[in-house]
Amino acid sequence: MFLTYLWRELRRRARQAVFIALGLALGVGLVITVTAASSGVKNAQGTVLHSLYGIGTDITVDAPAAPGSGGPSRFSVGGGLPTAGSSFSKDLLLLASTGLGPMDAGAVPRIRRLPHVSAAAGTLVLTNLDVSGTMPSIRRNALRRPDTSINTSSFSVLGVDLAAARAGPLSSSRLTAGRAFTSSDARSDVALVDADYAAQHKLRPGSSVTIGSDDGTGTSFRVIGVLRAPPGATPADVYLPLARAEALGAAARGGGNLKHKVNTVYVAASSAADIGAVQHEISTLLPTATLTTSGDLASQVTGSLASTASLADNLGKWLAAAVLIAAFLLASLLTLAAVSRRVREFGTLKALGWRSRRIVGQVMGESVAVGIAGAAIGVALGFAGAALVTRLAPPLSATVDQGLSRTGAGLGARSRILQSLAHTGAHTVSVHLTAPVTISVLLTAVLLAVAGGLLAGAFGGWRAARLRPAAALARVG
Amino acid sequence: MYRLTDVTKTYGKRHALVHALRGVDAVIDDGAWLAIQGPTGHGKSTLLQLLGGLDRPTSGRIEFAGRDLAVLREDRLTGVRARSIGFVFQTFNLMPTLSAQENVETALVPLGLPAAARRRRAAAALDQVGLSDRGRHLPAELSGGQQQRVAIARAVVKEPAVLLADEPTGNLDEGTRDEIIALLARLWREQGLTMVMVTHDSVVARRAERQAVLRDGLLAAAQQV
Repeated sequence: MFLTYLWRELRRRARQAVFIALGLALGVGLVITVTAASSGVKNAQGTVLHSLYGIGTDITVDAPAAPGSGGPSRFSVGGGLPTAGSSFSKDLLLLASTGLGPMDAGAVPRIRRLPHVSAAAGTLVLTNLDVSGTMPSIRRNALRRPDTSINTSSFSVLGVDLAAARAGPLSSSRLTAGRAFTSSDARSDVALVDADYAAQHKLRPGSSVTIGSDDGTGTSFRVIGVLRAPPGATPADVYLPLARAEALGAAARGGGNLKHKVNTVYVAASSAADIGAVQHEISTLLPTATLTTSGDLASQVTGSLASTASLADNLGKWLAAAVLIAAFLLASLLTLAAVSRRVREFGTLKALGWRSRRIVGQVMGESVAVGIAGAAIGVALGFAGAALVTRLAPPLSATVDQGLSRTGAGLGARSRILQSLAHTGAHTVSVHLTAPVTISVLLTAVLLAVAGGLLAGAFGGWRAARLRPAAALARVG
Repeated sequence: MYRLTDVTKTYGKRHALVHALRGVDAVIDDGAWLAIQGPTGHGKSTLLQLLGGLDRPTSGRIEFAGRDLAVLREDRLTGVRARSIGFVFQTFNLMPTLSAQENVETALVPLGLPAAARRRRAAAALDQVGLSDRGRHLPAELSGGQQQRVAIARAVVKEPAVLLADEPTGNLDEGTRDEIIALLARLWREQGLTMVMVTHDSVVARRAERQAVLRDGLLAAAQQV
């Protein structure tokens, strides 16, 4: 009887039921589309940030450079007076001039042991400088500069902690040839190279690359793999096991080795909610270190991606909420009106001995059925909307703020990353916006529609429950 | 079956009070057929609603089968209506979206019967009123007389102790009126119902065992019946 009565009633007022269902469907569809677009924007933001930051990294820890440690790198070509016309070649691996100072690598396991830290990886950012040529002939009172033939070249080198692959720059790169580092490579002369650098220098797995050392001699490293960094990233040219980088590197000006040193620690928190706590714990552990979170980086990213994120978060969500509320109100009002028109009917049922809760259940059942229909249509609309967004959305751009300036001690990884980006000119990453529809979004939207039906039914049911049989039967029409 | 003691019913507030019933005393025995006549607006339908537990008196007692309906809890009152009281209304009051058979079944839903049993008894009730071939028709597809027969079937399908009819022939022509009254009389006899009928039609009232007149909220010639 319940379902028969329900179906017949909905058929009787099919137009009204369809109207309510469509209203709910519009709200649900909008919620799905906006939420999917927001997810897509977040994914795009993540793509951009990961290219700058590395997947799995929530915080970077840097130490400021020591006072007076800046300035040009120095080297010598041997003792005594140089002989004019003599050839020389120096291969040096120096701490990169990024404004970051080295810190004790012992900080890494200490950070790793902190609560809420799931991974920590230390890296050493270095520059390999190759200087070669012929010593010029220098004469007193020469009226013009001596002829010189000195060549320099450099490439960036990153020493990476092989024990912590979940955090750090390597986590966002993709292996395109060869193999990745394994723990057994920790003290081996093996290297990974960036795909662009490999293409320029015709390197492939099996090739060799010479890495300098603090005494100017070169060590041959075998290339074991080629990496492709995500779009917008600024990868190093060559990656070495951290222990080998420490052993070969020098602290640039004034020399000094880099054994047991890192200059950046990448930290992954147990969850997004723990980032603040981890940041506080590291600050306590390393009071002089500079900490940068992905949120700090995100705030520096501008462009249409940032605008779209703002649009989705503000206008989009409020619009979806407004439409849904309007749909709920409409459903409730129309259900109340329908109950009012059926007062005599409900009075008769009460006279026949139907309890109020059965009548309320009938009214709510009709409303929930409409809500379910609205949910079904809304899901279809949502999928269609999300597909349209994916298909028609123009590529979005994310531009790094060029106006950043250094203040005081090093600004940490953000400064290093952004400044290195600034060296390459206006840095804009283009990402394609997708609008993924997840199960959780679908379920939420369906629940919202059913809740809308329940709410409308509750209003109508309350009206029906309050009916006094005598008064209801006295109603005309 | 019924004992009414000083029953009053007042509607409205302060300056707009309406005294629908003013101290009605009556006893209605089991199996009796009482017709209540009177001018419109003098409390006939109000009295019927009180007898059916559809409303409560302002004061007084309405004893039905040993229980005072005036103070019974709402759910108990609903239960009494579900099991013991059948209603027939002037405007039939059928559910427009349910068929004749389904309308009759609505009276059995509160009894918690299985669907098959409901269908069987509803079909038998329709047969009793001569509409066994109209079970699938919607009310809009039936004549006034047929609709009232369906309403009567709905009222008697649960084998109530009491049948309360409020102007059951008020919307019917003379010929149909006579058919309906004859049907009610037959059912009253066959099922041993206690029947209270409100009517303004003297022809209908004369068919009852006893007649009473309700005027200005007072029941005249209300004697033991």
